[in-house]
Amino acid sequence: MTEIERHSYDVVVIGAGGAGLRAAIEARLQGKKTAIISKSLFGKAHTVMAEGGAAAAMGNVNPNDNWKVHFRDTMRGGKFLNNWRMAELHAKEAPDRVWELEHWGALFDRTRDGKISQRNFGGHEYPRLAHVGDRTGLELIRTAQQKIVALQQEDHREFGDYDARLKVWAETTVTRLLKDGDRISGAFGYVRETGRFVVFEAPAVVLATGGIGKAFKVTSNSWEYTGDGHALAMLAGGTLLNMEFVQFHPTGMVWPPSVKGILVTESVRGDRGVLKNSDGKRFMFDYIPEVFKAQYATTEEEGDRWYDDPDNNRRPPELLPRDEVARAINSEVKAGRGSPHGGVFLTVVDRMPGGAEEIRRRLPAMHHQFKELADVDITKEAMEVGPTCHYVMGGVEVDPDTGAALVPGLFAAGECSGGMHGSNRLGGNSLTDLLVFGRRAGLGAAEYIDGLDARPAVPETEIAAARDEALAPFQREGGENPYAVHAELQQTMNELVGIIRKEGELQQALEALDKLRERVANVGVEPVAVNDGRGYHPGWHLALDLRNMLIVSEAIAKAALERRESRGGHTRDDHPGMSAEWRKVNLVCRLDGDRVQLTRQPMPPMRDDLIGLFESDELKKYLTAEEMPGAAGATAADALDKEDDR
Amino acid sequence: MSTVEAPAKTRAQIKERTLRKDNWRKYPLTTFIIFTAWVAYATVRAFWGSAFYVPEFHYLTPFYSPCLNEICNSVTVDGHTGSAAEFGTFLPAETRGWIPFAAVSLPFLLLFRLTCYYYRKAYYRSFWLSPSACAVQEPHKKYTGERRFPLIGQNLHRYFWLAAVLISLVNTYDAILAFHGKDGGFGIGLGTIILVANVVLLWLYTLSCHSCRHIVGGRLKNFSKHPFRYRMWGWVSKINQRHGMYALITLGSLVVADLYVALVASGTISDLRIFN
Amino acid sequence: MSYQAKFRVWRGDEGAGELTDYTVEVNEGEVVLDIIHRLQATQAPDLAVRWNCKAGKCGSCSAEINGMPRLLCMTRMSTFDPDETITVTPVRTFPVIRDLVTDVSFNYQKAQQIPSFDPGDVKPGEFRMRQEDVERSQEFRKCIECFLCNNVCHVIRDHEENKPGFAGPRFLMRIGELEMHPADVADRRNIAQDDHGLGFCNITKCCTEVCPEHIKITDNALIPMKERVVGRRYDPIVWLGSKLGIVKKGQDTPSA
Ligand SMILES: Cc1cc2nc3c(=O)[nH]c(=O)nc-3n(C[C@H](O)[C@H](O)[C@H](O)COP(=O)(O)OP(=O)(O)OC[C@H]3O[C@@H](n4cnc5c(N)ncnc54)[C@H](O)[C@@H]3O)c2cc1C
Ligand code: SF4
Ligand code: SF4
Ligand code: FES
Ligand code: FES
Repeated sequence: MTEIERHSYDVVVIGAGGAGLRAAIEARLQGKKTAIISKSLFGKAHTVMAEGGAAAAMGNVNPNDNWKVHFRDTMRGGKFLNNWRMAELHAKEAPDRVWELEHWGALFDRTRDGKISQRNFGGHEYPRLAHVGDRTGLELIRTAQQKIVALQQEDHREFGDYDARLKVWAETTVTRLLKDGDRISGAFGYVRETGRFVVFEAPAVVLATGGIGKAFKVTSNSWEYTGDGHALAMLAGGTLLNMEFVQFHPTGMVWPPSVKGILVTESVRGDRGVLKNSDGKRFMFDYIPEVFKAQYATTEEEGDRWYDDPDNNRRPPELLPRDEVARAINSEVKAGRGSPHGGVFLTVVDRMPGGAEEIRRRLPAMHHQFKELADVDITKEAMEVGPTCHYVMGGVEVDPDTGAALVPGLFAAGECSGGMHGSNRLGGNSLTDLLVFGRRAGLGAAEYIDGLDARPAVPETEIAAARDEALAPFQREGGENPYAVHAELQQTMNELVGIIRKEGELQQALEALDKLRERVANVGVEPVAVNDGRGYHPGWHLALDLRNMLIVSEAIAKAALERRESRGGHTRDDHPGMSAEWRKVNLVCRLDGDRVQLTRQPMPPMRDDLIGLFESDELKKYLTAEEMPGAAGATAADALDKEDDR
Repeated sequence: MSTVEAPAKTRAQIKERTLRKDNWRKYPLTTFIIFTAWVAYATVRAFWGSAFYVPEFHYLTPFYSPCLNEICNSVTVDGHTGSAAEFGTFLPAETRGWIPFAAVSLPFLLLFRLTCYYYRKAYYRSFWLSPSACAVQEPHKKYTGERRFPLIGQNLHRYFWLAAVLISLVNTYDAILAFHGKDGGFGIGLGTIILVANVVLLWLYTLSCHSCRHIVGGRLKNFSKHPFRYRMWGWVSKINQRHGMYALITLGSLVVADLYVALVASGTISDLRIFN
Repeated sequence: MSYQAKFRVWRGDEGAGELTDYTVEVNEGEVVLDIIHRLQATQAPDLAVRWNCKAGKCGSCSAEINGMPRLLCMTRMSTFDPDETITVTPVRTFPVIRDLVTDVSFNYQKAQQIPSFDPGDVKPGEFRMRQEDVERSQEFRKCIECFLCNNVCHVIRDHEENKPGFAGPRFLMRIGELEMHPADVADRRNIAQDDHGLGFCNITKCCTEVCPEHIKITDNALIPMKERVVGRRYDPIVWLGSKLGIVKKGQDTPSA
């Protein structure tokens, strides 16, 4: 065995999506020597796929908007299960983070008076999403990427080396976090191209590895989303929060089979797109839940008027939060009113004043995507869409202000962290989540290092164990094909832990996962021709990712079985209602050996001034009687409410 | 030495010059044929020295405009005599056959088209084969592009464009004069229509020029501060998308205009009169 | 409606390799990347291919299909004849790692040499730009960095020795993007010509032909940049004007 190369940094950021890049920028701005590690090439992380926009209450389009309204929308969307402090920080800091991007060169679409334009999105009371056509994520990641290059150029001027204080390790995968006692001391990984191992010595590690979608069969997520950060945190002794909440986006492509799951952005609905069943009926009007009755239109005419006159009309029910729309589509298809390929129809044909030309201008990426992949011209035909696994609300349990996980030296931000979105994420809240908490995690890591008296060491035994684990698939002669095991895992999760869940099926899922655990432990791969058999070896990579997907799947299934209510991204057929008692409970997963352990943890009560932002009528829908604020508080809150609604 | 770094690598060695299976030779080949034929025709006609003017209807071929040879002062066709000279005639009659009558405009027009961004693409591909088509290896060992003499001269395109605007004005004047009837007053013939159509196309070609697009507004950073120039830029940008097409059409229209005038002026056919 | 298709895929590493023949199943609606994945799952488990989004958004899956630079995930099988043999090779301009995967670090190095956006003294949140001001640069920011344009450009595809002095269409376009950015205050015209090789480009438009985002690279970025460079250094009137002190010359920004 050749010697393993070591590199020393102050902060190692795992993940080069929006959250990772923002964290790395911050750590570097704090003067820390920083590495960014990414499974894919620089600038290709999953964030490029985000389409709709970044939610920030800048009030550029509707001046009534402010952080309080945004905070309320986020809490409502998450059905009050959000970590309220995160929701508060997010709503307050999002505008600054967006303006900062602009200062780094981002070019958002503009309003007539030259400010950043904002668009409507499901669950947001006002037009709030800063956007660039339907490729906002690309703009975000490219801007952060270019900011990193700008910082590297500064270092190049100062030290003659672009990588002096900020280095990007592209196509490098971390398989283990390393610890010195109870503290983080680094990370272990392999370089994709050569298959060689590398150890990053660092007192602080920021996880920003994104989601878990690849554990499901139908998903809008790419191969990167194997829940690595979730699993790495667990393996290092960290905890995961509320993993049962998985968002199924209502509109994924359903045909052709090879692209099933690919996202159809919500902006299609924000820009007048409507959902119809096979009878040609706009069925969403039948699915407005009680809690939202006041905010949504009851007739097609009112809904249609809303696009031009939002102040005097209520919004169309196509713009309900994602969980509602996904469930509605699911019911329509089950009732036999679906489209030929098992979805429903989403159409913008004849819906825009500017006709086909306007469709092409407002939704260029969607027009392109359907033309190229499905041979459908969305200016003339309806799209066929159905739910697809999209986002995981659950994630690493962190301190809201610093992003610190339970393990000293470990931080997390972005999709792989939990709490911010509660039981359901509003569209557009993720992109600003990445920026707000990416920055805070970078800052948190820098401060943590400043408070250390000595750098933790990386024990040889940890490295050896990590190396052996990574090499194991080559040692298993006649081991099972990783692709087959992966396909089965995805099938299991899709069928038994999907949108609608039942106790029996969840138990079945856990049994199936138990069997899969043995099979995962027995996958084997053959060496390739170059670099000791490990150079750019897709089968081997998958074999290593399976461990992570399995851990995450088990956490999801266990938590889903435990939570006996339906809320946001978790729907129990056998417990259809939302329960105020369950709202007080966070479900926390940790690893015990190779098994996931679940504990209940009380939800910290919301700060008074924040609770005061809601009318008591609304609070009643979510809180238990004891939790309701006293009469005095409520009046003050109502007054405040009127203040900023003006 | 870093061990994680991969060893030095080379490109994939693929012997074939290209693996394209479509008919990629079509574009360079047709362009080659069209341009060669056109250059041959234009050269012959430029030095021909006769059959360029129809005095009865004031038809002057664009290949001879402005007409600067003494001969232009008095041209007789079919019993009608007239002058094709509008800007003086400093070329002695003896230079006929050696120097084209439009000795001032033709070199500029040639340089204008030679440095035109569209023509550059077309002849680099079809004459110089660098590259003849995308993803097809070019035959040259070395390549320096437009960085050195003489090709660095391509950067003077905007001056030739200015010259072309002036010449287009002259051509426009010629076309207006061609509304000349049998009785000396207003009249329209097929020749008039051809000359006017040619001038309109020449303007479309000239105004859709990339340098023009730059000058009218492209060079600005902030369009919103210059609404008028932004509108002009938008208009030029629109026709600029078809610049290559206009470049080719005007090759055709120039030949048609010249040939028609030549045929009428040589008495081979007579002009089809529509009005007077 | 599935059929058996004939594929020839370049297999090899460190430069040496050959086209290997496969017969593989194709189903309705599939793209070339699906077929490559099927090969991986059934016949060639170690076939290396780079991909990520499978939706034409990340620009990872660049390769050459029947000799033309394309994205594997955006090339539908229905565009081929069922009895046609489809050839898939890695991009030619960059060194090959293995099979269809190439080392594209050239592009990241070039990106580092282009001076970044410079907003001058404007504070965050204070920008006022109109839609018409940002539209030109927005077109270039659609770029997904697939580097197919840099791959097809004959300046470096056919002449390895030109690589040091040529940033390729992708990054000449980046210079164009910044030069047209309404809030940028730097001047990169001189380095575009001197350091990044704008003069190599002979506007033969192959970059535009292959761009999967349909960006008009040549017409909207490279030619306007050439015109700007002319304004900066080859325009005799500007030259005369600056000699006479009528035209003020700004500071040239050096390469980073
Ligand atoms: C199709 C689609 C559309 C979306 N649209 C929107 C939208 O309009 N608005 C919105 O707000 N949100 C949207 N989202 C959600 C949002 O894009 C994601 O939640 C967000 O981009 C996640 O960013 P991130 O920084 O957490 O992770 P990512 O951008 O996913 O980055 C993860 C990074 O971690 C790296 N990584 C993972 N594992 C490892 C490992 N083991 N070792 C090393 N590196 C690793 C990966 O290579 C990658 O670089 C959308 C999501 C999808 C899929
Ligand atoms: S137009 Fe210029 S940059 Fe583009 S491929 Fe041709 S030579 Fe290269
Ligand atoms: S400009 Fe087009 S071809 Fe070039 S890298 Fe960007 S997307 Fe790819
Ligand atoms: S005339 Fe063709 S670009 Fe100027
Ligand atoms: S895989 Fe992302 S562009 Fe093809």
